[in-house]
Amino acid sequence: MSRLAAAFAGKKPFIAFVTGGDPSVADTKRFIHAIAAAGAGMVEIGIPFSDPIAEGPVIQEASQRALAAGTTTDDLFALAGELRAEGLEIPLAFMTYLNPVFHYGFERFFARAELAGVDAIIIPDLPYEEQAEVKQAARPHGVAVISLIAPTSDERIRMIAAEAEGFIYLVSSLGVTGVRSQITTDIDAIVAQIRQVTDVPVAVGFGISTPQQAAAMAAKSDGVIVGSAIVRLIAQHGAAAEPVIAGYVRQMAQAL
Amino acid sequence: MKGRFGQHGGQFIPETLMNEIIKLEAAYLRCKDDPEFTAELDGLLRGYAGRPSLLYFAANMSEDLGAKVYLKREDLNHTGSHKINNVLGQCLLAKRMGKTRVIAETGAGQHGVATATAAALLGLECEIFMGLEDTQRQALNVFRMELLGAKVHAVTTGTQVLKDAVNEAMREWSGRVDDTLYVLGSVMGPHPFPTIVRDFQSVIGREARQQILAAEGKLPTAVLACVGGGSNAIGIFHEFIADEAVRLIGCEAAGEGVDTERNAATIANGSAGVFHGMKSYFCQDEYGQIAPVYSISAGLDYPGIGPEHAWLHDTGRAEYVPVTDAEAVSAFEYLSRQEGIIPAVESAHAIAHARKLVPTLGPDAVVVICLSGRGDKDVAAIAKYLGREVSE
Repeated sequence: MSRLAAAFAGKKPFIAFVTGGDPSVADTKRFIHAIAAAGAGMVEIGIPFSDPIAEGPVIQEASQRALAAGTTTDDLFALAGELRAEGLEIPLAFMTYLNPVFHYGFERFFARAELAGVDAIIIPDLPYEEQAEVKQAARPHGVAVISLIAPTSDERIRMIAAEAEGFIYLVSSLGVTGVRSQITTDIDAIVAQIRQVTDVPVAVGFGISTPQQAAAMAAKSDGVIVGSAIVRLIAQHGAAAEPVIAGYVRQMAQAL
Repeated sequence: MKGRFGQHGGQFIPETLMNEIIKLEAAYLRCKDDPEFTAELDGLLRGYAGRPSLLYFAANMSEDLGAKVYLKREDLNHTGSHKINNVLGQCLLAKRMGKTRVIAETGAGQHGVATATAAALLGLECEIFMGLEDTQRQALNVFRMELLGAKVHAVTTGTQVLKDAVNEAMREWSGRVDDTLYVLGSVMGPHPFPTIVRDFQSVIGREARQQILAAEGKLPTAVLACVGGGSNAIGIFHEFIADEAVRLIGCEAAGEGVDTERNAATIANGSAGVFHGMKSYFCQDEYGQIAPVYSISAGLDYPGIGPEHAWLHDTGRAEYVPVTDAEAVSAFEYLSRQEGIIPAVESAHAIAHARKLVPTLGPDAVVVICLSGRGDKDVAAIAKYLGREVSE
């Protein structure tokens, strides 16, 4: 069984996002070990991009901090490789925008991702219509290209779900990433439509920050993704964020 | 594939916006050949924007440079630039789609002012995103937009200029699509924007081609325009693309020079990439991070170029040349003194290249330059550049 499939087998993973290199790559490595030890079922590592159009202020600022610290795509391949060498077993997904992947070269990028033990990639500016070339390059290297479904997807849901691999990233709310007090999208209805065409697990992200929200979303889906709430802790505590993040992840993972 | 210009173009945007741009494409395809829509747009272009714009024979400049130079006077349009052509089209389209609100990015403020104007005329709510740095160097345009009833957001993220204003407008749109259309200001972004904006701007070239044939009885030797995203350039080039003997020349902003770090010369210095919804050429680093760019002209201060221009460059149908700040400012003064026309500093980039090119073409040459906007907005910035104190 692949690491991705194992993460969803008989359980609902808590999926934690951190921006790679914020505040440093070495700190990110410590954070990810702590996140895994605290019960997360998967970690997304953001490869920072200069112009993250799907991100709210919290992750935009983290991307800027990481880039200002000199973080590169190669540093994050090295980070993933070290995490694997040090025994990390949960799946790792990269989250970034298409340009850093395109500019690196699709074949070269996914070959390195495979060597580094990266299981999936999430690219918010790569919609269904433009996925084919990337999937073709990623598939031989065993990297799943994650499809996103949004509250506005409507009749696109089945088309996207039918071609989905790894897991489906269900965007809970309109707009950009960031903590929200309420999520009003009818998640049940979207998941029901997805279920008509595929068994690929569905993880819900965008706007989730509290254990109550996480439990509510997990009841409707197969997993919960949290980014901004964790990145905000890193913004507040910097290199000293490790125990705070661990405490937060433990609480969230238990809520699932 | 959809919306491709060779390898360029496409639809690289978040899933949240996909259905909206599919609806936009469908609405556009319905409207563009609908006689009622085209008559309404044509009526506004004539009766409100003041089209057709003049094709002006620049006699003094022609004598100075040794061949005939004509200026396509988009600066005489209502709001003072070519931007009005596109916003009237897109705002009418927004109304046809049942939208009540438009948002837009702006660099120099020309597109923002034009959008705020069309929104006021057509009764649409309007919000403009403008980099903080641009709100400072174009402070009068901010107040102009506010006078027209628009809300102006100063964008404080990233490099605080045009590309960041586009980022923020896209973020805003992905949060509120139901009642809102993003009125993109240039031939860029995801399909169908590059095509829609080109079609609305191609009125420039349709008029210019007829006007030059009427004046000279022949097609021009060359057509010049400045290029940031490239909407005035595509607007004037498009009608001439099939006339293969006509040279099409886009003038991009070289800032302090293409060999320095401070420029926005995408064709000279950029490489293939995917950004702001499109595959095209972009100024970027070795890891695909979009480069901070610079030009004295806020309207050309953009790290990319529209996908159709990228394709015209690939095929060799159009040429793209860099023009520095210093050359543009010199051309700004030159046109003011030669012809009594103060050009937008953007358009001055095209004038600057004409000063180098026209003397090499021989006395029988006829050159058409798109004078995309008027320079009133730039007077204070040019004075500052030249070391003069001017209080507004």
